[in-house]
Amino acid sequence: MTDDIMGAGREGPGSQWYDNEAGPLVRPYAMTGGRTRPGPTGVRFDLIALVTREVGAPDVDDAVLGPEHRTLIDLCRTETQSVAELAADADLPVGVVRVLLGDLVELGCVTVSRPVPPAQLPDERILREVIDGLRAL
Amino acid sequence: MVSERSDATDGDTTALALKILVAGGFGVGKTTLVGAVSEIRPLRTEELLSEAGQLVDDTDGIDRKVTTTVAMDFGRITIRSGLSLYLFGTPGQDRFWFLWDELAQGALGAVVLADTRRLADCFPAVDYFEHRHIPFVVAVNCFTGARRHDEHSVLSALDLDPGTPVVLCDARDRDSGKEVLIRLVEYAGRMHTARLLDSVR
Repeated sequence: MTDDIMGAGREGPGSQWYDNEAGPLVRPYAMTGGRTRPGPTGVRFDLIALVTREVGAPDVDDAVLGPEHRTLIDLCRTETQSVAELAADADLPVGVVRVLLGDLVELGCVTVSRPVPPAQLPDERILREVIDGLRAL
Repeated sequence: MVSERSDATDGDTTALALKILVAGGFGVGKTTLVGAVSEIRPLRTEELLSEAGQLVDDTDGIDRKVTTTVAMDFGRITIRSGLSLYLFGTPGQDRFWFLWDELAQGALGAVVLADTRRLADCFPAVDYFEHRHIPFVVAVNCFTGARRHDEHSVLSALDLDPGTPVVLCDARDRDSGKEVLIRLVEYAGRMHTARLLDSVR
């Protein structure tokens, strides 16, 4: 969605200055209303925390969601995405994506998996599966 | 402890993602390695660091908040539906180390890429993972034209803990990259088992 806006700017008459090379036209944290941390939950989502579109999520009023919120929802509509992938695909800084995801969690649009606790490796069975999976690639 | 863990891994999520870091000096081939094994073209994510003021404050000479953009390249390998491996190339510049702490949080392990012509470039990464007890393997990227060194000479040149795997690799080659990752996961498993045994002793 962000791309559309920028792309339109590139093609529109008289707006040849505003191509992607010029950088974002909107300061990144303007998209979050100046917030740098997610809402009341205050959880800092890990880069590999997985974001899933909530099935049967209530339709949220367009006035509540910004275009970037919509972009994120669209991106995880087809399959579960990591926070890092969402940031790369939406072309937004990770910090901004974290704040927007916090909004979406609060609104019940998506769920974000809790990351594996530090220093706690998954059990041996999982590691075995990873090794076999890598060999089979 | 055990019940806590099963809560965290099985509780509210069916999908599991694991994180492996790829570290090493500038230009050693981190992104190349990520690209060689990833099923998606390496993606780039950017972190704006103006918000990380509290982390920057303890660094000498930085007394005002500065907005910096740090890019990280990453790739993904899907093991099966609901189990994927994410590879993150760590930023090469030393001044972004505080970012590593977040990256390293919950990481399964790390690959330290080394170039024998500039072995010292990977010392900081080796130190970092040793101090944090994060399992790592040293993968020597065999650049064409570089003199071949055997694993033992690299092991002693880097003064690694005995048992730390050293693998010769070609970062451009998918099979070679896979082998590096397999060695790492095996080693991480062994380290984990050893730690569990220590804790019940």
